[in-house]
Amino acid sequence: MVENRPVRDVLAHAVLITGVLLVAFPLWVTFVASTLTFEQIVTVPMPLWPGDHFLANYTQVLTAGSEKGSSAPVSTMLVNSLIMALSIATGKIAISILSAFAIVYFRFPGRSFFFWSVFVTLMLPVEVRIIPTFKVASDLGILNTHVGLALPLIASATATFLFRQFFMTIPDELAEAARIDGAGPVRFFIDVVLPLSKTHMAALFVILFIYGWNQYLWPLLITTSESMYTVVIGIKRMIAGGDASNEWHLIMATAMMALMPPALVVVLMQKWFVKGLVETEK
Amino acid sequence: MEKRVVFKSAWLPYVLLLPQITITVLFFFWPAAQAVYYSFQVQDAFGLTSKFVWFENYIYLFKDSHYLSSFRVTAFFSVMVATSGIVISLVLATMADSVVRGALAYKTFLIWPYAVAPAIAGVLWAFIFAPSIGIVTYFLKKLGVDWNWIINSEQAMLLVVVASVWKQISYNFLFFLAGLQSIPKSLLEAAAIDGAGPFRRFWTIVFPLLSPTTFFLLVMNIIYSFFDTFGVIDATTEGGPGDATKILVYKVYYDGVKAADLGGSSAQSVILMAIVVTLTVIQFRYIERRVQY
Repeated sequence: MVENRPVRDVLAHAVLITGVLLVAFPLWVTFVASTLTFEQIVTVPMPLWPGDHFLANYTQVLTAGSEKGSSAPVSTMLVNSLIMALSIATGKIAISILSAFAIVYFRFPGRSFFFWSVFVTLMLPVEVRIIPTFKVASDLGILNTHVGLALPLIASATATFLFRQFFMTIPDELAEAARIDGAGPVRFFIDVVLPLSKTHMAALFVILFIYGWNQYLWPLLITTSESMYTVVIGIKRMIAGGDASNEWHLIMATAMMALMPPALVVVLMQKWFVKGLVETEK
Repeated sequence: MEKRVVFKSAWLPYVLLLPQITITVLFFFWPAAQAVYYSFQVQDAFGLTSKFVWFENYIYLFKDSHYLSSFRVTAFFSVMVATSGIVISLVLATMADSVVRGALAYKTFLIWPYAVAPAIAGVLWAFIFAPSIGIVTYFLKKLGVDWNWIINSEQAMLLVVVASVWKQISYNFLFFLAGLQSIPKSLLEAAAIDGAGPFRRFWTIVFPLLSPTTFFLLVMNIIYSFFDTFGVIDATTEGGPGDATKILVYKVYYDGVKAADLGGSSAQSVILMAIVVTLTVIQFRYIERRVQY
């Protein structure tokens, strides 16, 4: 605090509280709607205080899905989302840490070529190569599979850069000492590099889990069977038609379940989340 | 930067790189090359035969008023998302940096929307703004606003902008907060002793020192509004009404997947790639400069 100005302090709190409330408003409305009946929601204006259909709505979508749109149970979708998010996060970390180790700790022909090939993937998001990527997945026969959901998304330039940058800061003396003690690269990687990378892996994991959970376009393209829907896709499929004809009480219950897991990860692992976010982007 | 101490092996580095490179080639380079190849072709209506037509698809695109309108829509949309997101977040971050009590609580309550998928963000906002049953619509109607984003272009655009900005505030906020916290307090104290008030201090010290962060966020927000907002649009307006919210990415998807126009959609993909390359180069040049700083 540079000066003590109570008026400005009050103003700051007022702005922040307004901000927090505006940001939270859609979440509150969603939660309230997920505890009401369909009739209560379509009675304009809908109540802004939770009703007593919390259990009924959540049990309905978890076990049986919606009635008009997709009839896949949301529990299956949540499992699909979880599998997808976990495989993308672990897959990206695993293949990136291996390639960063190869690029930093070895000199070999084609080294910078491989490094730049990984870099170029930054410039090719799924959105710009929709149909050809779909064709590759279809030729490999991985449409409507968990492998198909995760595999094409696990190449990662940012994770590779992050590990590369971190490996550059590991003192050379450690590698030297390991070599003198007769440890080869694999030993060194397992006993020295991996334990040192733990905090970076944790931070990346949080960011990549959210990234994986929230994927939209790719699962939309390759999942045609309801049993393979992720929860984010499931919601889109439940919105069948106009405005008042949607089963909003069920859609909102599904929305709550789709957003809670990543939101809890952000809030509970705030430290790792902030570290991961700031580091992967720089 | 190079390591002084390295290991020797003729095959191990290749084995370590193999998984990453395989996926990169299979799902990135090969499809991207295919997109370029398709963009020079025209398929017949059944997709059975195709003809090599050089740049015809591109020429057609730039004569197509729908495509040009998609460019305008994208430009407007990304400017709106980037500027309003940055301004709101900067205000919130400045306030959060100045309060002593409750800073962590505010931070927690402002960062969670980052975790919400764009498509879900779209659904939440579409629900509270729903033309017949939305709670905000109800209040707007009381104020005499005829709100219906399903048929009104401007309102549809406003809806997707609000949903996209809402999701992105957390991201901008965190980077601004980190930037603000790295400004030495002694600078602000010195200025205060010299008699500069809070606004003067903000514009002459804080804002210039934040400019690298602001520029970085500007690029990131443009990338976000070009690509990641696909989910917001697909879950709400689906590009409509008419073409009012059909941004470039949505048009690639629509023409390629729904209208099955392989050549035209691929040509659009190639143009989008060129845009991403430009944005990435700008972003990395800026980071390089910052490192030398």
